[in-house]
Amino acid sequence: MKQFAQLIKAIDSTNKTSLKVESLTQYFLNASEEDKLWTIAILSHRRPKRPVNTTLLREWATEISGIPLWLFEESYHIVGDLAETIALIIPSSENELDKSLSEYISEIITLKTLPEIEKKAYLHENWLKLNYYERFVFNKIITGSFRIGVSQKLMTRALAKATSIDEDILAYKLMGNWTPETTTFQKLILEENEEDYLSKPYPFYLAYAVEDDFQTDLGDINDWSFEHKWDGIRSQVIIRNREVFVWSRGEELVTDKYPEFQRFLEEIPDGTVLDGEILPFIDGDIANFNSLQTRIGRKNITKAMLQKTPVILNAYDLLEWEGKDIRQLPFSERRELLDKLISQCSCDEIGLYLSETMNITTWEAAAKERERSREKRSEGLMLKRKNSPYLVGRKKGDWWKWKTDPFTIDGVLTYAMRGHGRRANLYTDYTFGLWDGDELVTFAKAYSGLTDAEFRKVDAWIKKNTLERFGPVRSVTPHHVFEIAFEGIAESKRHKSGVATRFPRILRWRQDKPIEEANTIDDLKALIPK
Amino acid sequence: MKQPLLVFNEKGIYCEQADVYIDAWRPVDKCIITHGHADHSRWGHKQYITHHKNTSIIKHRLGDIIVTGKAWNETFVINGVTFSLHPAGHIVASSQVRVEYKGEVWVFTGDFKTENDGLAEAYEPVKCHTFITECTFGLPAFKWTPQAEVFNDINNWWATNQAEGKTSVLFGYSLGKAQRLLKHLDPSIGKIYTHGAVENMTEVLREHYDFHETIRITRETTKDELKGNIVIAPPSAHGGTWIRKMVPYVTASASGWMTFRGARRRRAMDKGFVLSDHADWDGLLESIKTTECEKVITTHGYTDIFARYLREELGYDARTEKTQYEEEGAEVGDKKEKEAAS
Repeated sequence: MKQFAQLIKAIDSTNKTSLKVESLTQYFLNASEEDKLWTIAILSHRRPKRPVNTTLLREWATEISGIPLWLFEESYHIVGDLAETIALIIPSSENELDKSLSEYISEIITLKTLPEIEKKAYLHENWLKLNYYERFVFNKIITGSFRIGVSQKLMTRALAKATSIDEDILAYKLMGNWTPETTTFQKLILEENEEDYLSKPYPFYLAYAVEDDFQTDLGDINDWSFEHKWDGIRSQVIIRNREVFVWSRGEELVTDKYPEFQRFLEEIPDGTVLDGEILPFIDGDIANFNSLQTRIGRKNITKAMLQKTPVILNAYDLLEWEGKDIRQLPFSERRELLDKLISQCSCDEIGLYLSETMNITTWEAAAKERERSREKRSEGLMLKRKNSPYLVGRKKGDWWKWKTDPFTIDGVLTYAMRGHGRRANLYTDYTFGLWDGDELVTFAKAYSGLTDAEFRKVDAWIKKNTLERFGPVRSVTPHHVFEIAFEGIAESKRHKSGVATRFPRILRWRQDKPIEEANTIDDLKALIPK
Repeated sequence: MKQPLLVFNEKGIYCEQADVYIDAWRPVDKCIITHGHADHSRWGHKQYITHHKNTSIIKHRLGDIIVTGKAWNETFVINGVTFSLHPAGHIVASSQVRVEYKGEVWVFTGDFKTENDGLAEAYEPVKCHTFITECTFGLPAFKWTPQAEVFNDINNWWATNQAEGKTSVLFGYSLGKAQRLLKHLDPSIGKIYTHGAVENMTEVLREHYDFHETIRITRETTKDELKGNIVIAPPSAHGGTWIRKMVPYVTASASGWMTFRGARRRRAMDKGFVLSDHADWDGLLESIKTTECEKVITTHGYTDIFARYLREELGYDARTEKTQYEEEGAEVGDKKEKEAAS
């Protein structure tokens, strides 16, 4: 544990990516195989199940530190991280104790099965024995959230350095449904094993948003393929060995959530991997993403849901064909294979459609098509270089998204909540209202779009202009107007305003505008596409 | 009903009987000043009263003002009210103010810390009936490590950076924290350079205090000179063009806020040392106990939370008064440093 806590401390102690990677590399060179595997698991969001719920954690932590529960809660709102709060309020001790990371994790896994009284005894004992950083890391493993400023990409880069295995190959090996309980470092990283690959998806290639004046940078327009960009769930559908596997971009296996795709088996041969977008498809048309929201969160999909919001796969790439990884083929050739495959399918029957490419030969035509996106309910255009291979992760150059300009509306700041992580102790999460008569009705929450300096200013203003406090939330005097941008809009019964917006964020602080000039709910409703 | 000895009005903390303010935030006729930070010693009062070592500090900051210096424990009587200043341990020459009238004693802490930092005159508990206290770090999450350990870490950090051929840049307010850092840096490691704002203030303080030798950074200072050495700068210098001269450098901040990982990351510092000039949770509670007071008024910091704890858990008559000293969880120093660094 010391070694792992030391690693986290080292990562915490620098802002430089190169130094973070260096610390990780050193760790991967020196740690035991078990610890390495768990570290990879934790940093790729594969954690042991939470053994104790957070209510009990709070109670037990306050007991041992001798403070009332309300004071713990207040502290937590300010610190902004449960694991960190617990680590801070528990008295430090000089006891030396060194169990390895994997020993701790196996104890934490067993902990889940123990009676409450033993859980409590275990936590009390270990909290007192660990030093501050170890305690923090220990709590992070227990609470099951391990965002510490190291992306999976950085971790993979460090592992590549330590093992001399190519980074893209490692990224592929790390995909899928493994846990340290079902594999070993040797098996997962070092060995080649055919069976492991049965359900494995390929790392997704992610597009960047276009930059200013991109048209000149992209060169000859004939080198590019154009498609609409649909708002759905980016997914890979794998058909191998007469089984279907559906993976979301977050590397989550979501096969059970989309039973529709079992029909692919009827027409798609084994050894096929499709990349595309899962879209709600109602009455023969692509529906608003919002209608999928009710399905996404559910563990069990009911028949009623399947009928109400059926989905299709809108496929735009073919990554594996006839059992062969074809990612190195040029995009145009992969598309040809895909077109041919889908043209032989009964699309309506099995719910598999082709994301159509557009015949565009001038930037003017492209711009016009982008203008029309909203009518078609697409988010804009995707540009893909015809001769490019399918890359790993977010890499600039071959795939670009050229989105439509967002909707915008001016709302009034009504509530503020303290942020988390690097915004802990600052009021950075805001609620905005629009006028309905002389009342402000909440329509969106947003917590991004301002600079750090602006957040500090707004934070200071909020602290001086608080009307009421509700735990971490404060209501404030209506005074500031912000221009809010969002990507999509739809009617919603679940929202007080009657409207749901997608990806709302702050575009500008309108210090020039008095609140009387903010928009109304009717202005917002007028933006809903007919 | 009897008028309280001290009241909080729109200008500051006011003693009506003596017609005197303490740390007023708007211009007044006569004002007792606890210490030299900008939110406590403001511009525009007709007459200032403060500890005599603090007179040169506020003159440096506020220019040509009328100021009377007092010694620790020296009493002065204004219209029957007895005042005296007592060390607060916050920064050099920082005071608490004791106010006594007809046997009733009030103490205002200004800002204070209980650990003796070896530079600021050590905090002295003063018995009173009503204790007006700051509580900048009034949460159980704040527990300071003894400064000897922290300085050991700081000096080790410097030596490590030096071994890697890098310049260490350490941020702390130009009045108070900067000199505390300077006092405890180990000059056998290398040379200590200062930002202009820090150097100016340190020069003023050398009249009363001993410090290691410092070198002011000027336009002529070269990268090579700085390499391996340490630079003390105000937080406002971070992120500006000034710091580019130091490349390759490593940054660190020394502040109580560095307790929080979020705060460290937000400030984009390489390293955060938890080193504060305010009392931590235990320090606040311990000092309230030793004053033997019955009433507590919290003025700035986590005021509501801290007062509630005192009331509900410890049985004090505790409440909060609004002041214009640094607000709850404020990014302390942002305002004050802008001024000092200019």
